[in-house]
Order: sequence, then structure tokens, then C-alpha cells
Amino acid sequence: MSDEPFFPFLMSILPHLGKGTLMTVELTIISVGIGVLIGIFGGIARVSKRPLLFIPSTIYVEIIRGTPLLAQLFIVYFGLPSLGINLPPFTSAVIAMGINSGAYVTEIFRGGIQSIERGQMEAARSLGLSYLQAMRYIILPQAFKRILPPLGNEFIAMLKDSSLASTIAIAELMRVGREITSRTFRSFEVLAVVALMYLAITLPLSLIVRYTERRMSVSD
Amino acid sequence: MIRLEKIYKKFERLEVLKGVDLVVEKGEVVVIIGPSGAGKSTLLRCVNLLERPTSGRVIFEGIDITRMDGREIDRVRERIGMVFQHINLFNHLNVLDNVTLAPVKVKGLSRSEAEHIANSLLARMGIEDKLYAYPSQLSGGQRQRVAIARALAMQPDIMLFDEPTSALDPEMIKEVLDVMSSLVKDGMTMIIVTHEMGFAREVADRIIFMDNGYIVEEGSPKEIFSNPKEERTVMFLSKILY
Repeated sequence: MSDEPFFPFLMSILPHLGKGTLMTVELTIISVGIGVLIGIFGGIARVSKRPLLFIPSTIYVEIIRGTPLLAQLFIVYFGLPSLGINLPPFTSAVIAMGINSGAYVTEIFRGGIQSIERGQMEAARSLGLSYLQAMRYIILPQAFKRILPPLGNEFIAMLKDSSLASTIAIAELMRVGREITSRTFRSFEVLAVVALMYLAITLPLSLIVRYTERRMSVSD
Repeated sequence: MIRLEKIYKKFERLEVLKGVDLVVEKGEVVVIIGPSGAGKSTLLRCVNLLERPTSGRVIFEGIDITRMDGREIDRVRERIGMVFQHINLFNHLNVLDNVTLAPVKVKGLSRSEAEHIANSLLARMGIEDKLYAYPSQLSGGQRQRVAIARALAMQPDIMLFDEPTSALDPEMIKEVLDVMSSLVKDGMTMIIVTHEMGFAREVADRIIFMDNGYIVEEGSPKEIFSNPKEERTVMFLSKILY
């Protein structure tokens, strides 16, 4: 099998890599989705004047951004069982990556909220909207538009980092690649194809991000 | 209707208001003039507590609102309309949504009730043909008229104007002052901070001259403009009037 010419060999492994890619994309979408949910509330907490919101959200961001995702992943998958919490690999990965992404998205939302002119909040409050209503109807919709490019970048970063989930037995792209390698010993070709498949997703995404960034700088 | 008692406001070390007392009766139009940095805008922003006075009381309809909690203050703000120098329309909403948002979300009006009110207000402001335009598609004067409609849509008891024409191109000032004049004719209670002295003289029941955190002098437009008593008022007016 390993003496096969490259092209037929490629054709034979592509279906497996395709499945791995799907898993990678699924993992990333769910994780960043959780990240965005955390990030909306985290961002609001980070701009809050209330210590009860500001301090915990700041600690969360600093801890997560200051420690490796791999360590976080291992703590959830290998660490929690010693506390009696056993989670399947996919759940573990999504929890660790979601919490990780949440810290970065929190900071993205914080920046987006702070970029909205103060007058928008004042105008909303002067009409009798509560702080949270003003956030929901006035500040966040405008902030959300402005943070689409950095959110896109976060998605790209998480897509690449999801390869770490290969270490806890999730059959995502990287893991599938390494399994094929150990079966066929054609390491260079397989891993190069794996890398190219990551690139095939990230490159168009980063082009879209750059395009929206440019369009926004024009409309602003 | 509004009574400010001994209002002090400090930002860090800078004392912007140094014990201001002001009473505004129902139906009265009070215009505040004075040099920049006098504390005019800060005083106006204390009325609806966008700025919290460092000390002093703000009495609205007999109730001290500086002692209220956040929710109660929101209910008071519904009744106090405000128009800003920098206009502050909601950039992501079209004209109609700018005007209907607060009546729907705060007062709980139905969408159609709110639109009914918005339509007639916008017609009165002369922008009935721009209902679905976004703020960025409007001129400064149009934007400010929408902002006035937005404040009026809450059917407030009093309107605050914070230099509403200062950020406008000269040719758009009159259209905004015209709609303000029409509010005066309707008997709206208004507190206006402005540098438009001709307008002030025409619409004000009372002129307040502020300088350096104090009310220096107050009186009818005639008293202030034709016969000012305080030296600082004389100096200010001599600098700005031709």
C-alpha cells in the first residue's frame, strides 16, 4: 500500500481526511458558539462598574489567556475524572475549547462595546431605557457589527487550535492524519495534505475577514 | 416642576458647579447662556441625572430624584426629553425605529401606536419622506430634527436642549431652531443651553447667565441683553454681540 503512487494514495485517504475535517469544523463551530455566548456576558461584565461582575470576569480572562489550551483540555479530560466527573472526549473538548474561546471573545466584546461612542448610551438612558436595555437594543447590535472581523479571526485561530483535541482521542483532522501516518508511514505526504486542508478552510475565511474589515473602514 | 438646590459637581479635582439653585415652572422656557466651561451642559445633565451631582438635590414634581434607585430614575427620565449637541441618533436603526424604540420598549406601546405617534411627529418635523433612511443618509439638520422627534415621542413633560445647533452647518441651524420655536408655541416646558442669542432673546421667558460654575445673573431677555447688571454678563455679551 505504501508503494502506491501519490495520486491514487491521496484519493484513498481523502474520504477519511474529509470526515476528520468535518469533525474539526463541528468542534470549532460549537466551541466558538459557546465562546460567543460566554463572551457577550463576559464583555458586559468587563465594562461593568460593579466589582462583583468586573473582578470575576477579569480573573477568568487572565487565567484562561495565561494558560495553554492543551493544559485546559487535559484538566477537563484527564483531571476532572479524579474528582469523579467523567466526560466523554467530545464533550470535554467542547467544554475546554468553549471556555477558552469565551475568554478571547469576552475581550473582543469588551473592545467592541467600548468602541461605541458614549453618546449612544446617554441618548438611550435619557429616553428611560435601563442600562441592560440600552446594551441590548443600542450598544450590542452596533458593537456586534464592528467585532465581526475579530470574531472571524478567533474562529480561524480556534480551528487551528482544535488540532489539540487529537490528543484526547477525537477523530478530527489531525488525529485522522496521524492514524493514517502510523498505518502507512508516508508521514510527509499525509501531514502536508492535512496542513493544506486546514489552509483550505482558513485562507478563504481570512480573505473574507480582510474584505469586511476594509468595507467597514470605508463605511465608518 | 424642576427645582435644583445647591448643586455641586466635581470631576476629579475640578469643580464645575459650585452651588447652583434653579427653579423652572411648568410651561416656562429657560435659556442658559455663558462662556464654554461655565458648567451649562453639566447643569443641564444634572436635571435628568446623566450627571450625578456631587451634592445638592434635584426635585422633579416635588420628589427628590437624587435619592431614587436606578429603576425609579429610569421612570423619571421617560418624562424628561433630551436633545444633544452631538445628536446621538442610534446609527444602526432607521428614522422610524429611532423614534419608536423607546415608546415600545420602555412605555410598552404597541408597534402601531408608536408608529402612529412617530409618523405625526416626523411629519411635523418635516421629515415624513425619510422614515426608512438611516442616520448616515441624513443631513445634520435632519438628524437633529429626528432626535427631537425621538425625545418627543415619549411625550415628556419637559425638554432639555444641550447646544442643539452647535455641531450643525450654519445653513441648517434655522430649520432646527424653527421646530424648537414651534414647541415653545405649544407651551412645552424647556431648558435650553445655546449660543444662539437671537433665538434666546426671542423664545426665552428667562435667561440664565452662567460663568465659572455659578449662576451670575438671571432675568428676562430684555433685562439680560439690554440692561445687564453684573460686570461679567456685560463682558460676555460685549464679546459675542455685534
